[in-house]
Amino acid sequence: MTAAADGARPENGTPLLEVSDLVVHHGQLRALDEISFRVFPGEVYAIIGANGAGKSTLLRTIAGLHQPTAGSVRFDGADVTALRPERRARAGIVLVPEGRRLFGSLTVLENLQVGATYARQGPWTTERVYEMFEWMRDRRGQRTAQLSGGEQQAVAISRALLANPRVLLLDELSLGLAPVVVQRIYGMLPQIVATGLTVLLVEQDVSQALQVASHIHCLLEGRTTLEGRPADVTADQVEAAYFGLAGARVGEQGSGGAEQSGSESESSWPG
Amino acid sequence: MAWVNAIIQGVLTGGLYALFACGLSLMFGVMKVVNLAHGDLAVVAGYLAVFVITVLHVPTLWSFVIVVPVMALGGYGLQRTVIQRALDRGVLTTLMVTFGLSVVIENFLLQFFTANTRGIGANLALVQDSFSLGSQIQVAYLLVVIFAVAVVVLLGLQYFLSASKYGRLIRAVADDKEAAQLAGADYRHVFGIAAALALGTVALAGIAYGMYSTLDPTAGTDTILLFAFAAVVIGGLGSLWGTLVGGIVLGVAQQIGAQINISDEVLAGYIVFLAVLVLRPQGLTSRRSQA
Repeated sequence: MTAAADGARPENGTPLLEVSDLVVHHGQLRALDEISFRVFPGEVYAIIGANGAGKSTLLRTIAGLHQPTAGSVRFDGADVTALRPERRARAGIVLVPEGRRLFGSLTVLENLQVGATYARQGPWTTERVYEMFEWMRDRRGQRTAQLSGGEQQAVAISRALLANPRVLLLDELSLGLAPVVVQRIYGMLPQIVATGLTVLLVEQDVSQALQVASHIHCLLEGRTTLEGRPADVTADQVEAAYFGLAGARVGEQGSGGAEQSGSESESSWPG
Repeated sequence: MAWVNAIIQGVLTGGLYALFACGLSLMFGVMKVVNLAHGDLAVVAGYLAVFVITVLHVPTLWSFVIVVPVMALGGYGLQRTVIQRALDRGVLTTLMVTFGLSVVIENFLLQFFTANTRGIGANLALVQDSFSLGSQIQVAYLLVVIFAVAVVVLLGLQYFLSASKYGRLIRAVADDKEAAQLAGADYRHVFGIAAALALGTVALAGIAYGMYSTLDPTAGTDTILLFAFAAVVIGGLGSLWGTLVGGIVLGVAQQIGAQINISDEVLAGYIVFLAVLVLRPQGLTSRRSQA
């Protein structure tokens, strides 16, 4: 379905985003355990996994909101692991956070303006956003609390796009939204990617992720259980990786110390 | 006629109280910092004005041109160093740190300026003169000017917060500082700007207080901070215009109290303050926060 899915993965090119051996703790809990992957320009890279698999933690760490215990995040060849979140945002790593997190006392337009405050040069303008979401033009003066969940999500995405990111991180777009609304929002994705963006998204809804992604990466209790192109993985493999059943691993992927087993809870809870 | 007089005087005094209160309200609204050193910083500004007038020979009425920027810069610095570090350790820490700051400032002032009271511009016509309304009501020019200054300050703040880039960022950071970071905003810098605004208003409050009454090292906590708190609570936390409403209600209550019995002036103010806390804890202006 997506353009990038039918071609070979541009492995020989430089990755835009490179996560290496990332370990993140929430207190005592090892939320992410040596996660490594690379995202190439123009990809739609989807992280899937059940609740508590560490997906959101991963995105938040890439955005700079969590500091990893070990490992690194490289963006466009430069190590950004020590960079503060606002610096990463200005460099082009922009996260649409879980739960949308709009500025409640600001109008729709003001939310967009905040997103554009530290924007890079690029194709996204308020006008362009209005072209994509026609209703937003007429309702720009409203407080975001007056919008439906889907509309709020559209504003959250637009706010992020106005920063003209190079890589857009989308955290659980589908959360709390009706399936038809989710469909519509994901339907916008090809249009967004076509402007030269790279997308790294996190999704609980596997079928949705498989539909839009050019590459998927499954997490289970903070570990990688499956990685590959949607065309190369079977439904059984995905199910096994998602729920931590029998072994599941696709050929092209061999790195990382993560063994595919869901019963390693003792190493997820050190100490 | 005496009651009309009390109300007029009360409303005008409310302008001074609003000036005390708006910085306190702004810092709470944006950073969730209850700045217990607020009043002391106003007194520092007052003494700074005394210094600027007597040592640098700046005309009294122009002293604010120096004092306001100096206090604003100091506010930015204070926020980025002491208060931000306290904030990183939790909101309660800021309470202790600003309390400590208050004690330090007070003792510093006692050390260098002694406990003697100082006035600002006591020999100026503006400070001394008044005009008559009818035969019984005397209105001090100074109170009218202070009221006008308060309204201009609130209008200015309102305009800055609603129309400027940094005003928008201040409101965004107050809503959700993490989401603001994701939009590229350094919330510590934005906090610094909010603190600079707050201390700019504090500077005006200190000078106004020095003209209206007299400065002494303990006036900050004894008078300014308490009246500012009362005005903020009566008007509604985090609402700019609420501080004016709160200031006016406090001022009128005090004047009416004084009319009944001169010793009831301060008491009447606090009775209204308590009544609002009990009956309408969100304050009289229950609109969403402006800051």
